[in-house]
Amino acid sequence: MLIEYFKVLLVGGLLCVIAQLIVDHTKVVSAQILVIYVVAGVLLTSMGLYEPIVKYGQSGATVPLTGFGYALAKGTFEAIDEQGFIGIFSGGLSATACGVCAAIGFGFLASLVSKPKAKV
Amino acid sequence: MNINKMPEREERLRSVFSEIKEESTPKVDSFSRSLRAFIVGGSICVAAQVFRGYVENYFDETEAGIYTTIMLIFVTAVLTSIGVFDKIGRFAGAGSYVPITGFANSIVSSAIEFRSEGMIFGVGALMFKVAGPVIVSGIVSSWLVGIIYFFMNFKR
Repeated sequence: MLIEYFKVLLVGGLLCVIAQLIVDHTKVVSAQILVIYVVAGVLLTSMGLYEPIVKYGQSGATVPLTGFGYALAKGTFEAIDEQGFIGIFSGGLSATACGVCAAIGFGFLASLVSKPKAKV
Repeated sequence: MNINKMPEREERLRSVFSEIKEESTPKVDSFSRSLRAFIVGGSICVAAQVFRGYVENYFDETEAGIYTTIMLIFVTAVLTSIGVFDKIGRFAGAGSYVPITGFANSIVSSAIEFRSEGMIFGVGALMFKVAGPVIVSGIVSSWLVGIIYFFMNFKR
């Protein structure tokens, strides 16, 4: 049981460390890292390389943004298998709809209740 | 104000700004930044795994994953609203923005920040100022590999 959590910590932590090292040692900034991670997740999933990482690291692989790419790609492939051509267009967004909608919804509510910090 | 003086003023402002930036940037070496990213990022994933394990008692695997994502985003939204997430972010660096929490934080903090510009042109238009590229690049790339996948599997 504990070893499972250790795997999660290892995979999730390493994904963050790689991003931190790239930001520290190249001119890439954080916003670009996020894009790189999502696209990397999509590409690795397409090549079948990310599924083993998810098997091994579980939430450690799905919670970082590469996992967002993984969900997009996996959703697209599954939708294509089920619905054919339409799946190309519906799969990605359907698979990530809950996360995106939660972020928009909670973000909207937060903008109503929370005041921005006073601008200097 | 003399308009010709503007470039000069700007130049001066820039130098002052870069000085302040230099002073306020914490002098932490790359190793400890990576260590912090590892600990915080890894811990967020472990917390998600614990929550997921608990939820799996009541829902199937896919649903448990969705509830975990929603929980992470909700907690991030609350922490961002009360200003705690900023502090975590400053400490953890990539450890806070690589997990889905960073995605949520970028949307929630943009929504809060641009509330002053109105509901439509502020919140509505600028909520995805930071997270937009992530969504666009993710959708476009998965759409493209979807097209390839479709023609590889259904051509015959």
